[in-house]
Amino acid sequence: MRGVKKAFGPTIALGGVDLEVAPGEVHALIGENGAGKSTLMKALAGAHAPDTGEMLLDGEAYAPYSPAAGRDAGVAMIYQELSLAPELTVAENIFLGIEPSVGPFLKLGEMRRRSKEALAQIGMDDLDPATVVGTLSNAQQQLVEIARALIFDCRLLVLDEPTSSLTAKDIEKLFRLIRTLKARGISIIYISHFLEEIDAITDRFTVLRDGQTVGRGVTAETPTDRIIAMMVGRDVKDLYPRGPRKVGDVVLEVTDLAGKGGLPERSSLMLRRGEVLGIAGLMGAGRTEMARCIFGLDAVKAGTVKVGGNLFAPRPDRGWQRGVGYLSEDRKNEGLAVGLSIADNTTLAKLGGLGPAGLVTPGNQARACRPWIEKIPIKCFSAHAPVSSLSGGNQQKVAIARLLHADCDVLILDEPTRGIDVGSKAQIYKLIDELARGNAEKGIAPKAVLMISSYLPELLGACDRIQVMCRGALGPSRKTEETDKHQIMLEATGAA
Amino acid sequence: MSEGGVDSGGTGPTAKAPDLSGATLKQALIKLGPLIGLVFVWLLFWSQLGDRFANTAAQTEILRQATIIGIAALGATIIIIAGGIDLSVGSTIAMVSMVVAKLLRDTQMDPTLAVILGLLAAAVCGFAIGSMVVGHVGRVVAVAVGLLAALVWLPQQGMAMGFTIPIGIAIAAGLWLLAGLTIRDLKLAPFIVTLGMMGIIRGLAKMVNIYGNDQPSTQVSPGRETWIDQINAFQTDGPFSFILAYFPISVLLFVGLSVAMALMLRFTKFGRHIYAIGSNEETARLCGVNIARTKILIYTLGIALAGVSGVILMAKIGQGNATEAVGYELAVIAAVVIGGASLSGGAGSILGTVIGALIMQVVIFGCGKMQMDSYIQEIITGAIIVAAVALDQLRHRRAT
Repeated sequence: MRGVKKAFGPTIALGGVDLEVAPGEVHALIGENGAGKSTLMKALAGAHAPDTGEMLLDGEAYAPYSPAAGRDAGVAMIYQELSLAPELTVAENIFLGIEPSVGPFLKLGEMRRRSKEALAQIGMDDLDPATVVGTLSNAQQQLVEIARALIFDCRLLVLDEPTSSLTAKDIEKLFRLIRTLKARGISIIYISHFLEEIDAITDRFTVLRDGQTVGRGVTAETPTDRIIAMMVGRDVKDLYPRGPRKVGDVVLEVTDLAGKGGLPERSSLMLRRGEVLGIAGLMGAGRTEMARCIFGLDAVKAGTVKVGGNLFAPRPDRGWQRGVGYLSEDRKNEGLAVGLSIADNTTLAKLGGLGPAGLVTPGNQARACRPWIEKIPIKCFSAHAPVSSLSGGNQQKVAIARLLHADCDVLILDEPTRGIDVGSKAQIYKLIDELARGNAEKGIAPKAVLMISSYLPELLGACDRIQVMCRGALGPSRKTEETDKHQIMLEATGAA
Repeated sequence: MSEGGVDSGGTGPTAKAPDLSGATLKQALIKLGPLIGLVFVWLLFWSQLGDRFANTAAQTEILRQATIIGIAALGATIIIIAGGIDLSVGSTIAMVSMVVAKLLRDTQMDPTLAVILGLLAAAVCGFAIGSMVVGHVGRVVAVAVGLLAALVWLPQQGMAMGFTIPIGIAIAAGLWLLAGLTIRDLKLAPFIVTLGMMGIIRGLAKMVNIYGNDQPSTQVSPGRETWIDQINAFQTDGPFSFILAYFPISVLLFVGLSVAMALMLRFTKFGRHIYAIGSNEETARLCGVNIARTKILIYTLGIALAGVSGVILMAKIGQGNATEAVGYELAVIAAVVIGGASLSGGAGSILGTVIGALIMQVVIFGCGKMQMDSYIQEIITGAIIVAAVALDQLRHRRAT
């Protein structure tokens, strides 16, 4: 792609992008949200036509007028939101839109046979094509999408944030598949926020910023910090700021917590004011389940929770009253009501004191959340704007603002920086540090932060102590400076 | 989402915001949509009917006719905003008219008390529906069976009330325990529950007159004149006739309840919770909202309002009638959707619903004045419902 430009009205999404991918190469496309990655890929796939610039596929001019045309030319896109029909079977999904048929009748036998071939190519020979897609795991559904791309004889496969909902094991499987496809000469464009993965699987990379290509290089020869600096356009020396923190009294004490659903099995932790405790572990280990049990969203089988020294019977409304707040890992489906306004979402957990006689006025709601819009800060038109109009990073900041409005002393953050751009991540790390330290001029008292994360650099950078969850059991607490990536992974996989 | 916007780390919340005027203009259009529709429809009939339509008598008649559907629609609004739906509205309206008429005829009680009991009957239906929606099916069935046993079946076998009531309570208690052990937390979809209740309540309406009567029928005449008869009439003399000659008590009630409901939705915690549950129930739960209790309250209040419509119906036709109000639920839901509510919840307003009810009524009245056959009128009403839902989809798609 050379000099590709695309504008939407007055907004210039792409201001001249160059991208070059060699055959059989895994090429990373890196950039913050809003940098132009999606627009560029949509131009590539045929969903938008670029205003100027040219695209060459295998040396020949390539100008798809529709996604179907792009598919026929051999360019397949796998989006972050999987585009499968959950009620249909694997075979039906693979052939959706291009079903082999005799007149109006489907050639079921051929569909089944060719599905099985495609699945075998990606290492899923044991999956019956008659399985209903909705019953498969996220990872399996993603592989079905890739199988669908392969049916089309694709030469270029674009993966948009493929790992955001995969376990480490699934990611390994995906990487093995990518290497297989690479060996067959298929080129892959890999879009991801996780620089660790980019390090692991990609050959070269291109960095976009503000709709332009700002950097290219060979992945193995470029240190991560350089890539981040290119993404953000400034030197990111302190991605994880750590001011002086004074550790105070115990505000949250969890003893032998076991959940009715099986996870967690046995978890104990102690959280003090002024510190950040990180909870590491593989996906499915039970970290989110533990947080939900502590907060009262899921039923507790055994164990106790104490807040501020007093026994706490977990229930969400009691939690908010006692100063415990919960940030869900699933921002879209649980953390935020995207149809409602910023003010509504921020104040929903504590609607008291926003009007006379127990009433709630929208004016007061907006007034209550404006300080947080300024302090965090959140980029938005007004406090009444719907949350759906914000970028992912700003949406997450609204969810965090809810905990601040409710004046929480204990903040339980589950994957607070998942799926958001590096710039917003940096702001959230800064915010977490501020919350732990306290900030007298902004009027923030020091708080206790419990941070669940699957991203090890973030845990090592932002937390004072780390505990590792493995199969429902929470390991002992270790000071961050006394542990490292290797140690954490050992504990997470149960090999320690 | 915001392509071309740059996350410059923290230089003020409103710096470099993209085209703002476009967004707010669209939002304004969305809010004004129903009003534009009303004006359009009004002008349409005016062009066809001229003075026969634009005169005071016709306009006040439209308002008066709009109250039954309108007040029920107020209740349906909060149910729909919370993501639910109620298909049994018509049956409830009919049932309440029967209850009030029968109480007036067979007892000497104060008409006010009869009205209160009628509203209570509607509220109980709402409570039952709400309970079933949040998962207490077993308990509702237990209570219903106990009640039926105590008040209907056993007395029919000749047992005295002194015995039937304790036995009914015992049966209900036993079934309640059984339900607690077996069916736990069985949440039923509102569509299905209210579809079933549509028939059940209609049947109960017809049963009201069986009680203590040799000749059951589906109509009950109250048998005496009360203040209730006056609420739907234009009062040309007496106090307040300067208002009541144009706006009967029913219309004033409609206005009053609309204002009250609108204020509730906007300015109370309960109102905020209704929107939250409809927009994202999981988020509401995370924020500590008691989902089950709030939903039960929403259905109880919403259907109690349908009870008010039932009383007005009785005033209008002068009797309780178990065969009336068939299909009203469609008009009610149409009014709410035309007014801007989304059937998936989280959006909607009282003002919109009121305008929606008026649009429906203008059309019905206009078609009647144009002497259209009723089947054409039905087709037009149905077409309006389809157009309203299509418009709703367009609106909610463009809004984001």
